[in-house]
Amino acid sequence: MTTLLQTRPTLAHLDWLEAEAIHILREVAGQCANPALLFSGGKDSIVLLRLAEKAFRPGRFPFPLLHIDTGHNYPEVVAFRDRRAADLGERLVVRLVEDSITRGTVVLRTPGESRNRHQSVTLLEAIEEFGFDACIGGARRDEEKARAKERIFSFRDPFGQWDPKNQRPELWDLYNARVHKGENIRVFPISNWTELDVWQYIEREKLELPPIYFAHPRRIVRKNDLLQPVTTLTPAQEGDLVETISVRFRTVGDITCTAPVESSADSVAHIIAETALTTVTERGATRLDDQASEAAMEQRKKEGYF
Amino acid sequence: MSAPEQLPSVDNGLLRFLTCGSVDDGKSTLIGRLLYDTKAILADTLHAIERTSQRRGLEAVDLSLLTDGLVAEREQGITIDVAYRYFTTGRRKYIIADAPGHEQYTRNMVTAASTADLAIILIDARKGVLTQTRRHSTIANLLGVRHLVVAVNKMDMVDYDRRAFEFIRDEYLAFAAKVGIGDVRFIPMSALNGDMIVERGEHLDWYDGPTLLEVLEEAPAAHGEALAKAEAFRFPVQYICRPQHADDPELHDYRGFMGRVESGEIAVGDEVTVLPSGLTTKIREIQVGGRSQPMAVAEQSVTLLLADEIDISRGDMIVRRDAAPSVATGIRANLCWLSETPLDPNRRYVIRHTTRDTKAKLATIDYRLNIATLGREDATGLHMNDIAQVCFRTAQPLFTDTYAENRATGAFIVIDEATNNTVGAGMIV
Repeated sequence: MTTLLQTRPTLAHLDWLEAEAIHILREVAGQCANPALLFSGGKDSIVLLRLAEKAFRPGRFPFPLLHIDTGHNYPEVVAFRDRRAADLGERLVVRLVEDSITRGTVVLRTPGESRNRHQSVTLLEAIEEFGFDACIGGARRDEEKARAKERIFSFRDPFGQWDPKNQRPELWDLYNARVHKGENIRVFPISNWTELDVWQYIEREKLELPPIYFAHPRRIVRKNDLLQPVTTLTPAQEGDLVETISVRFRTVGDITCTAPVESSADSVAHIIAETALTTVTERGATRLDDQASEAAMEQRKKEGYF
Repeated sequence: MSAPEQLPSVDNGLLRFLTCGSVDDGKSTLIGRLLYDTKAILADTLHAIERTSQRRGLEAVDLSLLTDGLVAEREQGITIDVAYRYFTTGRRKYIIADAPGHEQYTRNMVTAASTADLAIILIDARKGVLTQTRRHSTIANLLGVRHLVVAVNKMDMVDYDRRAFEFIRDEYLAFAAKVGIGDVRFIPMSALNGDMIVERGEHLDWYDGPTLLEVLEEAPAAHGEALAKAEAFRFPVQYICRPQHADDPELHDYRGFMGRVESGEIAVGDEVTVLPSGLTTKIREIQVGGRSQPMAVAEQSVTLLLADEIDISRGDMIVRRDAAPSVATGIRANLCWLSETPLDPNRRYVIRHTTRDTKAKLATIDYRLNIATLGREDATGLHMNDIAQVCFRTAQPLFTDTYAENRATGAFIVIDEATNNTVGAGMIV
């Protein structure tokens, strides 16, 4: 048996993850004619922007930033999105689910319903409008078990559909982004990151975040072990007990389906401490839409969702 | 508030490993145990599997449900694809590639093994070394996984009998010697009871070796081993940065060659050669995100600025002149066929090697490897899951090392241009 003690220094885990993500972003730039990077103002896509800076500066990003706006976003996040894009001097394209509703391509069953899954339609329309052959997103494999089996370069057919049984083999770091016209590749450079990695990276890089990621007082109603924020889109129902407590968001998305967690963490260091000690997964604590069924995410991805 | 104690005080980087075996060997239970005992499983996930366990009429929580994946898989009661899972011990981050064990999924194991530094080969203590064990070990070895850990599981089912463990160990060692497997360790365990995974348990007093987690914590990562000779520097160029901002004259002549150091290291001032041109120059600057650093090591993504103006494109490679790779339009390789459409010897395919794409055509099939018997067989074509030694002729030269020497410059994929699918995986010999 050989000894395992003789070693040469290797990269610390955040350095390794960063280097892998930069390599992936450059492969997109090298292989794809017309990619876009999905930027929502959420923490994962904020990390993506820093990685893109490390990958391409002093040059410009070889892709525009794209946001599919449900119209149900917290105003702080939308303001942050616009300011961050302006600070970077990069082009931001925003496409609205509202416009798809006006066009009639998205049909709501109820006026106030979650627009989360309707984003898929608007995203596919944007892909068609601009002819994007690749879309870079901030999804991570630790988020959900359908994601755990998705490739870093994930092939989608002209309807944006993901077929879990028919994925391209992905070996070594040899990524295959080839597509025919109308087809599309979704690329996830931080596939191998966990929620804790993301927070540690945010701390190390001193990344600015929208304020709702930090503890703040908010009016909420407790529903099914989740905290439902009281907003104009999600008003309190009769009989609801409205409380004002200190909360923060672990993930930001459509107001109607994103719940905050009770927290007093007012800095990234405190959030890291809470994340290391947390007992509930990010989606379990915060997503009102994933609990619908065991396979909710798998189903949405098959329909073209990120 | 002070930093919490759960966070890494020592960062021993990252280790990627794969688990081979079938559900029957207790593989899912082993992974579930690793995740559970390192507290990577959170309460809501645990509640979900508790509910499922109850619904299926099980008495105890079935940890194997943690690795249950897609609806399509649950419907068929099998695993159809590689799943990636994560945990951290505070000292090190781990990426598990969980490959299905069935024979028809050789291609999945090849995929999972391609990025792994270590493989856990599961053996059921009641069943001993099986054909499947030999197949998994051969593939792991072929894919250059340096460290194997043979996990003799279900020791609880054989009364924790030391002789049962030693019998399996000796049988495996005889096989390993024949195949040429180098570093291999043996651990008796019970994933069900948690013996020798993270905790030592109370049943295996006669075993004084490390637990599985101790082996994982100590195993060297890729490029982490102090080899007798230094690693050769390999830098495939991914992308060229030419900003030419009109408002910044300093950037007017900026030409950055972007890529990842696949092996070795490089420092400012070092002399380098660019392939295929063969021109030589020096490293003027090494940058990450526009900021300078004195050197770069294996796996770092950087931008190289060169002392002289040389025409370089994506697919070129920057190396050291005294340790250059082979430059050839013919390659001999072990090829694993991954596609349901068989290899057509008359067709042209695309080979992607590092960042270079080239047209390629099969020249010969030397033999097909019978993974069960390790025998060599004649073959005129290749079907999915076949592994064969073949020769390709390529339209453009490739800059190669053998796969045994260098995983990054020894590996390639084969792409079918009609479908754009990845249909083959090659390891240069």
